Amino acid sequence: MFRYIFRRAAWSVPTLMLVTFMVYIALRIGTNPVESYKRINPRATKEKIQEYIDINGLDPNYVKGYFTWLKNFLTGNWPRSIKGSREVWPALKDAMANTLRLGTVASVVGIFFGLITGVFAALKPGGRRDIFFTTSAFVGISVPPFISAILLQLLFAVYWQRWFGSSLFPTSGVYPAGHVGFNLFLMLKFMALPTIVVAIQIVAIYSRYMRSSLIEVLNSDYMRTARSKGISERRILFNHGMRNALIPLVTIAALDFGSIVGGLIITENIFSYPGMGLYFLKSFGEGDFPLLMPWMVVIVSSVLAFNLLADIAYAWLDPRIRLE
Amino acid sequence: MPGSTQGFDLNDKIESTYSPRQMALRRFMANKAAVVSCFILGALTLFVVLAPFTARYGVNEAVQVPPNSFLTPRTQAWLGTDDIGRDLYSRLIYGVRVSLLIGLASGLISVTLGALVGAVAGFRGGKFDDIMMRVTDLFLAFPFLVSLLVVRNVLGALTWLRPITGDMSSVRFIIFLFGIFGWMGVARIVRGQVLSLKEREFVEAARAVGASRRYIIIRHLLPNSVGPIMVALTFSIVGAIIGESTLAFFGYGPQAGDGATSLGILVGTAKGAVLTGFWWLAVFPCMALTVIALSINFIGDALRDATDPRLDRGAK
Repeated sequence: MFRYIFRRAAWSVPTLMLVTFMVYIALRIGTNPVESYKRINPRATKEKIQEYIDINGLDPNYVKGYFTWLKNFLTGNWPRSIKGSREVWPALKDAMANTLRLGTVASVVGIFFGLITGVFAALKPGGRRDIFFTTSAFVGISVPPFISAILLQLLFAVYWQRWFGSSLFPTSGVYPAGHVGFNLFLMLKFMALPTIVVAIQIVAIYSRYMRSSLIEVLNSDYMRTARSKGISERRILFNHGMRNALIPLVTIAALDFGSIVGGLIITENIFSYPGMGLYFLKSFGEGDFPLLMPWMVVIVSSVLAFNLLADIAYAWLDPRIRLE
Repeated sequence: MPGSTQGFDLNDKIESTYSPRQMALRRFMANKAAVVSCFILGALTLFVVLAPFTARYGVNEAVQVPPNSFLTPRTQAWLGTDDIGRDLYSRLIYGVRVSLLIGLASGLISVTLGALVGAVAGFRGGKFDDIMMRVTDLFLAFPFLVSLLVVRNVLGALTWLRPITGDMSSVRFIIFLFGIFGWMGVARIVRGQVLSLKEREFVEAARAVGASRRYIIIRHLLPNSVGPIMVALTFSIVGAIIGESTLAFFGYGPQAGDGATSLGILVGTAKGAVLTGFWWLAVFPCMALTVIALSINFIGDALRDATDPRLDRGAK
């Protein structure tokens, strides 16, 4: 087991390097960092531009440039953003914290309700409740997040204000303008709408998976054995059914990480929520290479980490998995 | 119980007199949501193809002389007007037309590309297969919007592609982009199907009589994968339509030259209309997009159930 984990973890280092190299090339072709620097800073001197090229590893030779960038990145010698020459790490850190908060809350809420509705649907396949939950989940998957975001904004922020005098939920930011310090209630109020939008997707995905997984387990032989031994229905469902049905869901959880982050990016932009998504779209629009590369590293590492975690959890949960 | 035995025999007979294709069709027709979706999509397509007759105003035509902006829905403009007084109803028809075109064209591109790559990868196996699958895994693991934006910019920056793709803000570029982008999901599905097919007897028989690899793929493997390929087609169509809207929503979609429009452009303007409370500009384009996405998804889902007899849906 430990050897397996170690080997998988060791493999992720070269994978990470390869992927960041590809991202590096793609960003250099796609956003043209030097040109964007000149565009944002039209009065930059030749020395300034050369300095920018050196520290970012924007050498005409991609391989050489990549390793310069990697060296600077690893030694903590991070270049400053091209617009306003800000430090990258504080901005990235704030964005990560905000997104982590939104993502965690939305995931917890979404997975919880997704599993519950999935179980209810699976208990009586073809029943009225099943049809209701399955159809809702289907609609939830089909509707892109920006549509639910727009409609929720329209209803709870704009029209609520017209009808009842004040809007139920604010539509943008983490705190009202000018607010200083920590305030849980305000924070939750500001997070409500984005959380709902992201959670809708998660509920839909998990409900579907949980339903099909549980149906498969409930129809298996060992469930009949358990019943024939006279174990109570409740215990059968929780101890035998749910436990086995959750195993395949672990892999799905990791594989859907990308789509959840995708939903977060869209949602954050609509609600002007200062997280990773807003950070990405802003810096991508400006071609801000120094801001973009660390962001990509964070995303790529988390995608790899989640895949690794899923494999390990899967091997650990399901003893039938062969590790070799 | 003679009655039940007889009934069993009768059912057996009925089942066996239909070809697999007819059985699939019957299963598809039994899915009410999918049949309704087919009707909706068909009607919608007819409606937008006949745009010159069904639209009440031109795509870039104001409803009346100013003041004409942000009119609420009324007899003159059934779904209201936008910021420069154009009829939303007519623009919606033209927009859906462009979006359906984008979906269909890029869906066909990605299915052709994906089916070929998937079939070859699945059939040959080995290094080619490994690399293909790694690349698709990587792309599918990334957040959709991120890879889409990066690939878009890379494609746009390659000047030697310009003659094929056209300008970055053109509809042609968007079609090309989603064609390039959508094949991976298709390739994965087709590869899975081919992997299970290639061990079957008829493929072995074909190989035994000396059929070439190309012959086997074209005559045996691809025709037997029609079901999954159709399902993949629906998913790539809906993916392209939603993807175009998402891109346009963030300002990276096709540009509205000469008032040209697409669902994405319309939904994008909805973003600005929300906070000012012009609800019709937000609600109607969103509704159109939702109806289209739902219908295509229902059809795809039903197709999958219909063409995959092993899938029992657990409903019994």
